[in-house]
Amino acid sequence: MWLRQLKRYFRSKARIFGSIGQPLLFLVALGFGFGPTFAKAGEGDYIQFLTPGIITMSILFTALFSGIEIIWDRQFGFLKETLVAPVSRFEIVIGKTLGGATVAVFQGLIIAIAAMFIGFKPQDIWTLPLALLIMMLIAILFAALGTAIASVLDDMQGFQLIMNFLVMPLFFLSGALFPLDESPGFIQVIAMINPLSYGVDALRGVFLGVTHFGYTTDLLVLGILTAVVWSIGSYLFSRIEV
Amino acid sequence: MLQTIPKKCSMMECMENIIEVKNLTKKFKDLVAVDDVSFGVKKGEIFAFLGPNGAGKSTTIKMMTTVMRPTSGEIKINGFRPETEAHQVRKSFGIVFQDSSLDDKLTAYENLKYHGILYGVPRADLKPRIEKMLKFVDLWKRRKDVVKKYSGGMKRRLEVARGLLHHPEIFFLDEPTLGLDPQTRNYIWKYIKNLNQEKNITIFFTTHYMEEVEQMADRVAIIDHGKIIISGTVKELLEQTGKETLEQAFIELTGRDIREEDASAVDQMRNQMRH
Repeated sequence: MWLRQLKRYFRSKARIFGSIGQPLLFLVALGFGFGPTFAKAGEGDYIQFLTPGIITMSILFTALFSGIEIIWDRQFGFLKETLVAPVSRFEIVIGKTLGGATVAVFQGLIIAIAAMFIGFKPQDIWTLPLALLIMMLIAILFAALGTAIASVLDDMQGFQLIMNFLVMPLFFLSGALFPLDESPGFIQVIAMINPLSYGVDALRGVFLGVTHFGYTTDLLVLGILTAVVWSIGSYLFSRIEV
Repeated sequence: MLQTIPKKCSMMECMENIIEVKNLTKKFKDLVAVDDVSFGVKKGEIFAFLGPNGAGKSTTIKMMTTVMRPTSGEIKINGFRPETEAHQVRKSFGIVFQDSSLDDKLTAYENLKYHGILYGVPRADLKPRIEKMLKFVDLWKRRKDVVKKYSGGMKRRLEVARGLLHHPEIFFLDEPTLGLDPQTRNYIWKYIKNLNQEKNITIFFTTHYMEEVEQMADRVAIIDHGKIIISGTVKELLEQTGKETLEQAFIELTGRDIREEDASAVDQMRNQMRH
């Protein structure tokens, strides 16, 4: 299951470029565009600040879409093959989620490496394992969320809806692009409800050593949410009828 | 090589039904798709399920293969109940779906390997078995091709190979020859017949082609509006209806109306993709 996900990923070259291209564009355009203003405002190096946000964004996109891939599997009939196999639904969800999450983390890493070329410097290379763990948590959370959504929707029509009303708000209102500390109160409140904020914050904490919510909160929220969403996703998936 | 065709089953085995369906009903909101259906299929038998579009054939198969929950009624597949013993039921059968269910981004070999792993075929057995099955359906030379490049007939053959990889007791085929040319149809049926005779695998299939039923099936059930109208051997059906061909009997029993089936969400999506 897990292997299939990876094979599919590496086999579609267009997808790799497409999905790495966008975050890189964000990174370069926003990073260099806002950089000077950011520095003038006394906030320091914007690329440093932005990179963890963009890494999180690429993980969010990739993981969520990997979950939604179930809709495609259903469309092309492959889902049935999996559903009649003597494997419990729970195992299928775990396999799928981990597969999608691995791809997402891999993508996040590529972004991280690319960012280093344009001036991103992580504070300490030894924090990398912790960064990976956080990335994996974020990835599993959203792959599971995608799975849950895909289990309920049975066509691609609802897909645009998700893009506009879920993915974009999650990303823009997460503190990925701007510091939460000084943003207006209502943005801070929204960001507090937004699970992605904690992912961005934790990752920024690892790379730069500063957090908004604090490490423990970040990891606790991420961990608990991941567990909850994963169970809901598995439950919904187990209810699928073809 | 001269070989006597092995007897299909011993007396004892012939007595037991490997598929047992009792009072099966499935309701969707206001529609009764399958209405109090009962039938049995003996071990080693080739059983045909005939009916117009939307008669409830696929729904019945879905319930037997654990992907849909029945509203009421009882099913036993190889002695196990799909609702409570899904695992054992799933191990007992192989299936070829109405429409392709291959992963077209993987190669033929990878598709089979994935299936083998899911079904818990021992690692050591997996390679030789895949090789044997691919040779059996004449696709060994193309094993490294991505399925996307395959023709419709090749995909079907690959699906047959895949459905048999884990040595099932029962083989479900939901309109296996739909949209295939006569050559490929013959080819596939030759395999299936062979398999049935050599390995004593029970075959349960649905089709619209009457000649396939006349040539292949030991017994037939005709289903319409969710109910089984008649069942028995082809000969019995002809005698009961007083017709000369199965096609005439079929039309007599199910009427001449053309059935309309709502396009499923999936079909709608496919149509959109074509544009």
